[in-house]
Amino acid sequence: MSLTLTELWVVLGCGAVTLLSRVLPFALLKKFKLPAGVIDFLTFVPIAIMTALCCQNLFVAHPGHWATLNLANCYAAIPATLAGILTKSLLAVVVVGIMAMAVLRYFQIG
Amino acid sequence: MTPDLTFRAVLKDVLPTVFGYIGVGLAFGIVAHTSHLSLLMVAALSFIVYAGSAQFIITSMLLAGNPLSAIIFSTFLVNSRMILMSTSLARYFRHESLGKNLMLGALVTDETFALAMNKQNHTQGRLSYAWQNAANWVAYLVWGGSTIIGAILGGLIPNPDQFGFDFALTAMFIGLVYLQLISDRHLGMTRQLLVMACVALSYYLMIRVLDANLSLLGATIVGCLFGMEMKRCH
Repeated sequence: MSLTLTELWVVLGCGAVTLLSRVLPFALLKKFKLPAGVIDFLTFVPIAIMTALCCQNLFVAHPGHWATLNLANCYAAIPATLAGILTKSLLAVVVVGIMAMAVLRYFQIG
Repeated sequence: MTPDLTFRAVLKDVLPTVFGYIGVGLAFGIVAHTSHLSLLMVAALSFIVYAGSAQFIITSMLLAGNPLSAIIFSTFLVNSRMILMSTSLARYFRHESLGKNLMLGALVTDETFALAMNKQNHTQGRLSYAWQNAANWVAYLVWGGSTIIGAILGGLIPNPDQFGFDFALTAMFIGLVYLQLISDRHLGMTRQLLVMACVALSYYLMIRVLDANLSLLGATIVGCLFGMEMKRCH
């Protein structure tokens, strides 16, 4: 069990760029106030980024061609969304989603 | 989700995200194992880089023998969305000390960010250091632990996907989007639905020519600009 020299540099380099992306905004916002336009922009970040993360999981990319739907994920998303509408519980969405996916895999659907 | 910002409340609030971490963490450990990464490398990636999707990309680029500079640049691109999330989140902690801000920033993830944004919908826009810090640490330790267990189990479970655990993360984001949609009264549902449609359409168009991570970033930015423009016209 050991790290090669390349692996060590990968961990340190990737760790550093990731840490900076996370920490710099916190450090800078302590010092500077954001302009109103930027704050307006940021109020839409949560809904936009969460939608984009969903899209990443529901579409299959084909570089140079139109993306297609990830059918298994889309099917499993239906009961998961219904669970959210009925219970408003994040846990219920996740548990129902996993169960739906296990059933789809068992019957080899999607 | 309750307006409670205490340590006990955190455990209840983060529980759903823990499932996502365990599912994907195990998957990463297994993938890393089959890509011949040592247990130490899995632990180093999880505890030092600590970035789900980037870890998968680093693993495959290492396996393919990509140069160090390319691996680091890809990691930066994949994680550049953290700049947006950290900037959004940092606004809630300006009154805290620099040290506390750095501590919170160091462990921000997609999931803890999304969780915090949902939480503040229930607390009249307030977040506490104790709540955020505890949520971050639970996520950090569960992620690290799951990836190591995954790497150890790697040889034992040939196909973990058959149990549907890989869908946990997708389900979680679906749930978080829905909860955001119904609970952010400040933005309202119609306006948010339009932003969502704009993001989905932009993502679909961009993914044809860009890679998935650039499309994610691009679609997010287009969606935010669209939202701002809509607000200005009203």
